Amino acid sequence: MIGRISRTTAALVVFVLSVFPVYWMVLTAFKPTKDIQSATPTFLPVPITFDHFGTAIAAKGFFSFWRNSLLVAGGAVLLALLVALLAAFAIARLQWKGRRAFVLMVFVAQMTPWEALLIPIYVIARDTGMLDTLWILTLVYFMMTLPFTIVTLRGFLAAIPADLEEAALVDGCTREQAFRKIVFPLLAPGLLATSLFGFITAWNEFAFANVLIIKDQDDRTLPVWLSSFNNTFGTDWGATMAASTLFMLPVLLIFIVLQGRVTTGIVGGAVKG
Amino acid sequence: MTLLAERPVQETAPAPPKRRKRPVLPYLLIAPTLLTTAYLLVYPLVRNVIISLQEFGLPQLVRGDAKFVGLANYVKVLSDPEFWAVVRRTLWFTAINVVLIMVLSTLVALLLVRLGKWLRFLVMGGLVLTWATPIIAATTVFQWLFQSRLGVVNWALVALGFEEYRDYTWFADGEATFGILVTLIVWQSIPFAALSLYAAMITVPQELYEAARMDGAGAWRVFSTITFPMLRAMFGLITCLEVIWVVKAFVQIWVISQGGPGQATTTLPVYAFQVAQSLQRYDLGAAVSMLMVLLLVLALLAYFRQLYRQEREA
Repeated sequence: MIGRISRTTAALVVFVLSVFPVYWMVLTAFKPTKDIQSATPTFLPVPITFDHFGTAIAAKGFFSFWRNSLLVAGGAVLLALLVALLAAFAIARLQWKGRRAFVLMVFVAQMTPWEALLIPIYVIARDTGMLDTLWILTLVYFMMTLPFTIVTLRGFLAAIPADLEEAALVDGCTREQAFRKIVFPLLAPGLLATSLFGFITAWNEFAFANVLIIKDQDDRTLPVWLSSFNNTFGTDWGATMAASTLFMLPVLLIFIVLQGRVTTGIVGGAVKG
Repeated sequence: MTLLAERPVQETAPAPPKRRKRPVLPYLLIAPTLLTTAYLLVYPLVRNVIISLQEFGLPQLVRGDAKFVGLANYVKVLSDPEFWAVVRRTLWFTAINVVLIMVLSTLVALLLVRLGKWLRFLVMGGLVLTWATPIIAATTVFQWLFQSRLGVVNWALVALGFEEYRDYTWFADGEATFGILVTLIVWQSIPFAALSLYAAMITVPQELYEAARMDGAGAWRVFSTITFPMLRAMFGLITCLEVIWVVKAFVQIWVISQGGPGQATTTLPVYAFQVAQSLQRYDLGAAVSMLMVLLLVLALLAYFRQLYRQEREA
């Protein structure tokens, strides 16, 4: 009995500690300014106001930052899917010399400390005239998500029995037809999960966006804009929290869509390879 | 699988007269990956090494006529006491974070195993929500939580009777900022570690626990003689990953404190960036980041060893 009560208490403490910051963010976003500034904070969402969301959306450049983030993350994910699908097929389905070495390379690439490459990539972007363009960000995010995409797609591909494909080949399909008609439909959920996960990585990235887009402020992405909220909103915490909430929303939706698959995907990807 | 691979492929190898030709298809398929990795990953890394061996400041960046100076940048960095202070701080920061992450995650995972269906669902939902929170959103919220005048943390501390926290400015004090960054990183890292450990723990056969309990073993003894030894590889793997992630943590620190106040929260990646960005000494910054890579390679080698061990055990 005592054990049960203490377990329940511990569970509630863990729950409150993990949820509170996010709850506080959303609560502040919906709180009237006078309640935000009152000496005793309120912990329940009454009364509600949408003013702060209005302020955030009306902020200069809000929609272009939103569009930039979508473009960069979407472009990077599409590129990564395309390139990774080819490589994953080669690893999961074909036997060739150098396969093990290639897999090892992908694993090493996955652990790249990108933080250490800020300087050379800044210099390269400057030399090639790609500084202050969304192209360079798209390329960097593509490379950041590529190894993970290969590893995960390989896992999904390996889960589809090769017998199915062989049967199709025996029935006279070309290898390309067999892939398109048999493997691809089975792979689609895996493709979706993988791409959404890559999308989150690109959507959240800050360090490179902060360094590579300097002159043209309209080309910034949402994370950089959010980090400079002090310049945008001053001390308007309501608007700042509303902007954070809007920024988090797509990520949260993706997590809900991928519920369950996220954990197994990452752990499986990291361990099984 | 072998059968499929050895079948002659019609559309890519147009009926070669010789039967035993090496297949081209796999190499065509991995070519895009190899090319992009070479240009976007290997080349920047090599470029970083080159810059670290040159005199490379703002003039060289503009004119592009950097000269090689050998190991001068490394000598300069390694003989700078400030660099060693940063290294010590990075190791300290990593140790505190990783120990907290591993201990708390293990406790949360052990708790999850013992919870009923509904409470487990609730706690896991909370963890996933934390996991889903973007780093930038989390840093922004933590700045708001610890805000001096209206922050809820100060209000709670005052309400609990700690009058000295009224209007306390956390971000003006080095140790307080350091503490907030540790809290933030631990908070963000627990979901991955706890959920992974939980997923591993439920694979341990239940009979082992029952047998141990029959023999009168307490909770600590069960953990130290069954759970931990069975999952040693998994614990090693996650510890290595956390070490790597904490050492290279940049965004949280940069956004919250830019390494300050003073140098109180300057770790290696922040230091490399400061040197390059504010002093415009790209050469020294590159040298510092190469030294950081070296440190990470050590952690990485340990990680791959664990990965190999796990693969063999699985």
